[in-house]
Amino acid sequence: MPAALEQANESVVSVDNVVKEFGPLRVLDGVSLDVTRGQTVAIVGRSGSGKSTLLRCIAGLETVQEGMITVCGHAVGRPGSAARAQLRRDVGMVFQSYNLFPHLNVERNITLALTLVKRQSRDEAKKRAAEVLAMVGLTDKIASYPEQLSGGQQQRVAIARSLALQPQVMLFDEVTSALDPELTAEVLGVMENLAHHGMTMISVTHEMGFARRVADMVVFMHQGKVWETGPTADVFANPRTAEFKQFVGSEL
Amino acid sequence: MIQLSVNHVLYLVEAARWTILLSVIAFVGGAVVGLPVALMRVSRSGALRGIAWGYIQLIQGTPLLIVLFLSYFGLGILGYKLDPLVAAGISFTLYAAAFLGEIWRGSIEAVPKTQWEASDCLGLNPFQQYAYVILPQALRIAIPPTVGFMVQIVKNTSLASVIGFVELARAGQIVNNSTFEPFAIFTAVAAIYFVLCYPLSVAARTLERRAHAGRS
Amino acid sequence: MSYKFDFEFLAERWPDFVAGAWLTIQLTVLAIAFGFLVGTVCALARAYGGPVLRRVAGGYVEIIRNTPLLIQIFIVYFGLSSLGLKLSAEVSAVLALTINMGAYTTEIMRAGIESVQRTQLEAADCLGLTRLQTILHVVLLPAMERVYPSLGSQGVLLMLASSITSQISAEELTATANLVQSDTYRSFEVYVIVAVVYLALSALYRLGFWAIGLILFERRRRLGTPL
Repeated sequence: MPAALEQANESVVSVDNVVKEFGPLRVLDGVSLDVTRGQTVAIVGRSGSGKSTLLRCIAGLETVQEGMITVCGHAVGRPGSAARAQLRRDVGMVFQSYNLFPHLNVERNITLALTLVKRQSRDEAKKRAAEVLAMVGLTDKIASYPEQLSGGQQQRVAIARSLALQPQVMLFDEVTSALDPELTAEVLGVMENLAHHGMTMISVTHEMGFARRVADMVVFMHQGKVWETGPTADVFANPRTAEFKQFVGSEL
Repeated sequence: MIQLSVNHVLYLVEAARWTILLSVIAFVGGAVVGLPVALMRVSRSGALRGIAWGYIQLIQGTPLLIVLFLSYFGLGILGYKLDPLVAAGISFTLYAAAFLGEIWRGSIEAVPKTQWEASDCLGLNPFQQYAYVILPQALRIAIPPTVGFMVQIVKNTSLASVIGFVELARAGQIVNNSTFEPFAIFTAVAAIYFVLCYPLSVAARTLERRAHAGRS
Repeated sequence: MSYKFDFEFLAERWPDFVAGAWLTIQLTVLAIAFGFLVGTVCALARAYGGPVLRRVAGGYVEIIRNTPLLIQIFIVYFGLSSLGLKLSAEVSAVLALTINMGAYTTEIMRAGIESVQRTQLEAADCLGLTRLQTILHVVLLPAMERVYPSLGSQGVLLMLASSITSQISAEELTATANLVQSDTYRSFEVYVIVAVVYLALSALYRLGFWAIGLILFERRRRLGTPL
């Protein structure tokens, strides 16, 4: 196969029949998923469907009991996985509660991992921080502390912080759920921008409008299983299951 | 070979009775003086509040050992016999009263303002408010930190040894002077203090946890 | 009251008090610094360590907090000496005070460390920080900032408790007082002066902690708000 085509279909994230239990509770019940480079995937579903847990497993924050997860060629999720550090460099995660470090200003929040993990010099790191802040439109807030920013601004800084490490794939865990509606738009705008620039993204979201507009593939999860999956337009136009029809109806 | 005999240990345990006596004196005295101090701290009179505040700051900024020496030699000035037990009793009382006063002030202030309002609306005068509504609730809030402070009281009694009173610490020194096994002896002394104090610490923690579980 | 107060000795003996106070400061500043290090390490053990580590650190804390400082000092000075390890009075004092401060600091810092939310640790993990880097850069400063008033109070308490080291002949402020009063027979006056000096030292230490806090906690200095 020619190199260009190979790259286009390169699997960045591969989830193979994953089972995840919290004690007696089976949260993921045989979930499979394939994400290729440049794809934007939206994972939707009700609370408790397992979608956040799936994302956290892909990020390596939770271990799985059965099945395999592969990210950029690294095995993830089984206890004792090697190459964890490399995984961290390839995966960027943004949380619902932003999780900025409150005692550091915006610039230091971004440069911290650059200097400690990527061993960049202070100057290199500061340059990179300015770059990513420009990408999310917050150049003037570089010296502010998180508590001085609105929720939407904090979330955009969180996105910039992960972007700075040049990950191969970005994971978003309900990143607008904690925001007021007015602030949601600015964050979704940044995410849309990222998608158009070719970033591989997996986003757990309640924003159906965003999913329809931006996502290449939609995954609908229910009770720990994938009930519907496929290209966005198809899935929304031809829902196969009653659960998904009900879900879409309730979200609009 | 450790020369510590059963007799020595018994001597220490007997001296521990004095430790307990001193602790009780300190606690009772501290409570009797401490409650008025706490009430003064929350009174409407600026003068009363100031006096109590000054007293607490003074005691909390001075080492207990110095307070002890001042009591001991102060007695001499006033013409009384330099009795270690009396001096110890006075200084431990003054010391405990300052700390208990602070703790209990905190407990009184922790009673929700709404309780004041409700009892006021029912027509109770300040004395009745305190007696029937505020203090009973403050008491419950005060129990965990007070029990915790009792650990300090017991440990502080060891200083009475410095002015010659024969309680547990002094007994340890006396035994050491005849057997010269300081490591074994003072470890034994520490163990006895531990037996006295640890249950109080555990009780204080348990009470604290239960108090938090009870609230929202 | 037929007692006549007489402070004349002060004119001649004041250098002794200064020397005593200076040693008190030296002993306690060292003990506070080392005690803080010991306490922080033990607090990390109790917050993040395995069951064995937690038990050991917990045992250390319980033993120290439930026994009098006087006895701890005797064990370090007289006890270790009888086992062959002869330490000077000053070194013994610093050692005993450090061990004591360490136990109280452990509980204070543990509260601070546990107040740093798990999500902060997850974010640091996702950014690729190692455990150690996370502790140093994400956990410790906010933890310290949250419990700083307690740390400061504990430092002042330790300084006041250092008076007990006079009992092993460390020539600090209280020992100086004992010496001067036995020379001059002006017991009451001597101890009143020393009490005033301790009060001044308490105020000085509180000021010192406040200043250190300003230096350490940049965010607080800039914004003035609690964490």
